[in-house]
Amino acid sequence: MIRVVLPSHLRVLARIDGEVRLDVAGPVTQRTLLDALEASYPVLRGTIRGHDSGPRRPFIRFFACEQDLSHEPPDTPLPGPVAAGLEPYLIVGAMAGG
Amino acid sequence: MTGVRVLAGTRKGAFVLTSDGGRDRWEVSGPHFAGWEVYHVKGSPADPDRLYASQCSGWSGQVIQRSDDGGRTWAPAGNQFVYDGTPGTHQWYDGTPHPWEFARVWHLEPSLDDPDTVWAGVEDAGLFRSRDGGQSWQELPALRGHKSGPSWQPGAGGMCLHTILLDPSAPGRMFAAISAAGAFRSDDAGQSWRPVNRGLQSEGIPDPDAEVGHCVHRLAMHPSRPGVLFMQKHWDVMRSDDSGESWREVSGNLPTDFGFPIDVHAHEPDTVYVVPITSDAQHFPPEGKLRVYRSRTGGDDWEPLTNGLPQEHCYVNVLRDAMAVDSLEECGIYFGTTGGQVYASADSGDTWAPIVRDLPAVLSVEVQTLP
Repeated sequence: MIRVVLPSHLRVLARIDGEVRLDVAGPVTQRTLLDALEASYPVLRGTIRGHDSGPRRPFIRFFACEQDLSHEPPDTPLPGPVAAGLEPYLIVGAMAGG
Repeated sequence: MTGVRVLAGTRKGAFVLTSDGGRDRWEVSGPHFAGWEVYHVKGSPADPDRLYASQCSGWSGQVIQRSDDGGRTWAPAGNQFVYDGTPGTHQWYDGTPHPWEFARVWHLEPSLDDPDTVWAGVEDAGLFRSRDGGQSWQELPALRGHKSGPSWQPGAGGMCLHTILLDPSAPGRMFAAISAAGAFRSDDAGQSWRPVNRGLQSEGIPDPDAEVGHCVHRLAMHPSRPGVLFMQKHWDVMRSDDSGESWREVSGNLPTDFGFPIDVHAHEPDTVYVVPITSDAQHFPPEGKLRVYRSRTGGDDWEPLTNGLPQEHCYVNVLRDAMAVDSLEECGIYFGTTGGQVYASADSGDTWAPIVRDLPAVLSVEVQTLP
């Protein structure tokens, strides 16, 4: 199971308590992870990236394994510990935008 | 039991304020959508339990919320606003072409007779409609596609479509206002539009007969006399007696004719309210005195209403969508300030009292009169 941590304002919006755990079919990339997240929580569509797998919103960042993955291509495989469920994938509201 | 429900959108959430017909004791619920900007909340005239709210943030963009129980519970609806076709460009502040980009929903206007139909005025200026209770949205592109569209420029707050008025006597007739393009009218439910700005004069536009480019801040109409429109322009309070075909200034003896909101008494079509603001550079009341001005003559002659409002050291603003009226027998007037107060008058403006004093900056105020 892939672990995903959302910023508090999106946890409230999606009525999520704590981490999200997702099954992601096929290679684990930012695109497939976000596709699975939005399939489980349709209310998140458009709030993290554009609709229809669009670009990341400017004030949302993606972190994992102490790396900023925000500028990685969406089809790049995520780090092994994320794919293995050992480390969470962090969706973060930037320190601007609120 | 007869009562009122005040819907306040603020910089950090929505609040629902309810009272009985006396309007002297209030229950406050909220913040709903805490931490998010709520530009507008409005109820359906056809079903007062159906509310729509525009919720947005710099982080996560636009969300539309819907309530089917008068604001006690809410559920997210659709948030995909896609301009029809290839959007093209409007002018940027520096005069260069700038692509149309959706930013947020400024105003939600539910249909007069169908709770599932609601109009949305958005930034960058465009008009959308949902017919399924806010789940999906389609643009009515004729307004943005007007031949003047490529020349429209944003006002200081962005290029927003902030006012939508539906004419209850003429199906299909509606008005929209855009900062800073002007007022527009459709006679076919938004399928086609034309500017209705004749008579407006704006010092920032060299051509006194300019068809568009006017910074209209707000339009108001009384439902019993929809051919008469009132306008708070950037500067100037204006009136039209022919559904926008022509306008004349009715600023009269106002201490300043700059301001944002304008509204009409529920039972007196010639009683109009504005909140004069010092200037475009000083968005606060003149002399630090918060005064609503009322005209009982459809403009020109105005009287200050001060009883219960701060008359010293007051430097708040009242934004364009932050004034509303109820339709109880003694008409109630409401407005919210950027200082977080929502003031109410249960006697047509003669006396005022705050319902709440310390909300986040108030962006919008609507009122529902409940059976």
